[in-house]
Amino acid sequence: MSIRDGGFIDELRSTENSRIGLYALLLAGIAFYLFPVETAVMTMFKTESAFARTLPFAPPGTDGFTLDALTTAWNTLRPGLINSLLMAIPATIVSALLGSMTAYGLTTISWRGQVGVVVLIIAGIFIPYQAVLVPLAQFWFQVLPGLLNGFVNTVFGFITGGNWQYPSRNGYVQLLQLSITHAAYGIPICTLLFRSYYQSISDEMIEAARLDGASAFSIYRNIILPLSLPMFAVTLIYQFTQVYNDLLFALVLVNEPASQVATQRLAALTGGVVQSFNTTMAGAIVAALPTLLVYIMFGEQFAKGVAGE
Amino acid sequence: MREILSRLLATGGRLRSAVSRDESDGDQLATDGGATVKTTRRDSLRNSLPVEWELIESAPFWLPPVLFAGFFVYGAIAWNFLLSLTDYNGLGGAQYESFDLSMYSRLLNDGAFWQAAQNTVVLLVVFTVLCLALGLLVAILIDQQIRFENTFRTIYLLPMSLSFVVTATMWAWVYNARNGVLNQFLRLFNLEGAIVGLLRPTGVNAEVIQWLSWNTTALAAVIFALIWQFSGYAMVVFLAGLRAIPTEHYEAARVDGASTVRLYARVIIPQLRASAVSASVVLMVFALKAFDFIYALRGSQPGANMDILATMMYRVAFDSLQWAYGSAVAIVLFALALLVIGPYLYSEYQRGEL
Repeated sequence: MSIRDGGFIDELRSTENSRIGLYALLLAGIAFYLFPVETAVMTMFKTESAFARTLPFAPPGTDGFTLDALTTAWNTLRPGLINSLLMAIPATIVSALLGSMTAYGLTTISWRGQVGVVVLIIAGIFIPYQAVLVPLAQFWFQVLPGLLNGFVNTVFGFITGGNWQYPSRNGYVQLLQLSITHAAYGIPICTLLFRSYYQSISDEMIEAARLDGASAFSIYRNIILPLSLPMFAVTLIYQFTQVYNDLLFALVLVNEPASQVATQRLAALTGGVVQSFNTTMAGAIVAALPTLLVYIMFGEQFAKGVAGE
Repeated sequence: MREILSRLLATGGRLRSAVSRDESDGDQLATDGGATVKTTRRDSLRNSLPVEWELIESAPFWLPPVLFAGFFVYGAIAWNFLLSLTDYNGLGGAQYESFDLSMYSRLLNDGAFWQAAQNTVVLLVVFTVLCLALGLLVAILIDQQIRFENTFRTIYLLPMSLSFVVTATMWAWVYNARNGVLNQFLRLFNLEGAIVGLLRPTGVNAEVIQWLSWNTTALAAVIFALIWQFSGYAMVVFLAGLRAIPTEHYEAARVDGASTVRLYARVIIPQLRASAVSASVVLMVFALKAFDFIYALRGSQPGANMDILATMMYRVAFDSLQWAYGSAVAIVLFALALLVIGPYLYSEYQRGEL
């Protein structure tokens, strides 16, 4: 009896020890995943001399504390933040709406051969964007302006006198072009997210509505769309972070300094000749702020979006 | 035994589908009986169509977005291939006059291309394997019915919500030779000298580790930072896979007296194959797209030991304005991506998962 008791206590103790080990590992994980962010936050409040003198992850002392780096970074990045939001929010909404419609047409309504279209869409998620960059630049800067110039000056020639020029160098036009581009490349992933959700909606309700003579549009409007609201949250949040975080398309499509987005401005700050790490860290935190806020508020939806991919 | 079971299941499924077909037929009869001529006329119209009615009915929903995305994705790729056959370079529009494979033969003789291709493949393989391993480990740790599970998971996934430009900026500071966290940490344990002796490339005189510029460490430094950013993704995928395994499997192994290590190695991890495959496809594609990270870290000329095909393509096309040559590099990158996703999509299609 006593032996068995001892065994039980030993077992309890060993599980307790392994629980402590488990939590120690999990806390080490937190240190691993947060230390670059933590050092960035600490460094952005330090003066030039302090960040060279102190340990990067230690908080600034009273003599080494300054808000100058943050102010500089904020002033450098603020126009970029506004441009990023102007560009990313419409692109996200358009992708999500079109993705939902596509998923509806390819999932809830079923027809032979739709799997071929689905394969093309899913493959579109995985395209390395380098494979479309040169044509994108060609399209937005050469072909489209050429076509529009010809069209406008032919049809409205009596007004323009043949002198109308597509405003390729206008900052807002470039942002709009970037936004449309992001909207197009966002459709595949949004479609996939909505599709897996629509596959889980039971057919019975839709079948019943169909037998009552409801049209495809009214089924979408009255049944599918209201049911999709939680999935819209997931898609909007995931897609917003993707569009906001992108650098490549902006590098290629936006060359007017006034309309550069936040990631472009941060890359310029980081790649600058003078590297003051307090300013670049402040820049990184400021540029990350919108996605960080979205992530802190809607982490659950972001995780779902990630898992859906 | 298993065979009988599966045959039984198959019969069950067939029975069920037969029953449901009967039901739906019955429903249709009922409505046909109830409705008037209108439905029959519409039905006859539908039957005379050369394609399925559902195809036409659904087209307004999927066709415009598919054409829109299709133009930008597949139209642009085809266009890119066409451009790679020309010798378009410099300012001004493209000329589509003569087409040949000269850009591809130029690739074969370009040392920079082979270096970038090698770095790309190394990055792809090492990053994906290590990311999966770390993600699996973390997922198993989180799956032990711990407290604050959501908090841990949220923190582990946080780097993935950040832009490559943001993380590159942070890691540039971590890897900084003089004051960066990593070297300070190594100095704390007096390890820096030993590592300098071990990793310093020949002909370099530095006494501190220059992680990002030494050819022995540059690519590894990038891979490590990318693992930091994306192992949270692998964790999420594996966690979903772990949660899908019935608890009986754990209990059965426990009753058999299997140790925790054996339980995971023999019973649990083999069941995570599907999660591992889908996670590794996505991770490989992330690795092919690592351009933003390297560009933010080192600009468009990251040096031979950090150059990948994505950065090379951007440099060749948008810095040197050799558009056709850049397009050819892009096609190679695209082919690499196809090598990864083609078999994956095909197997998903075979299993009826699409």
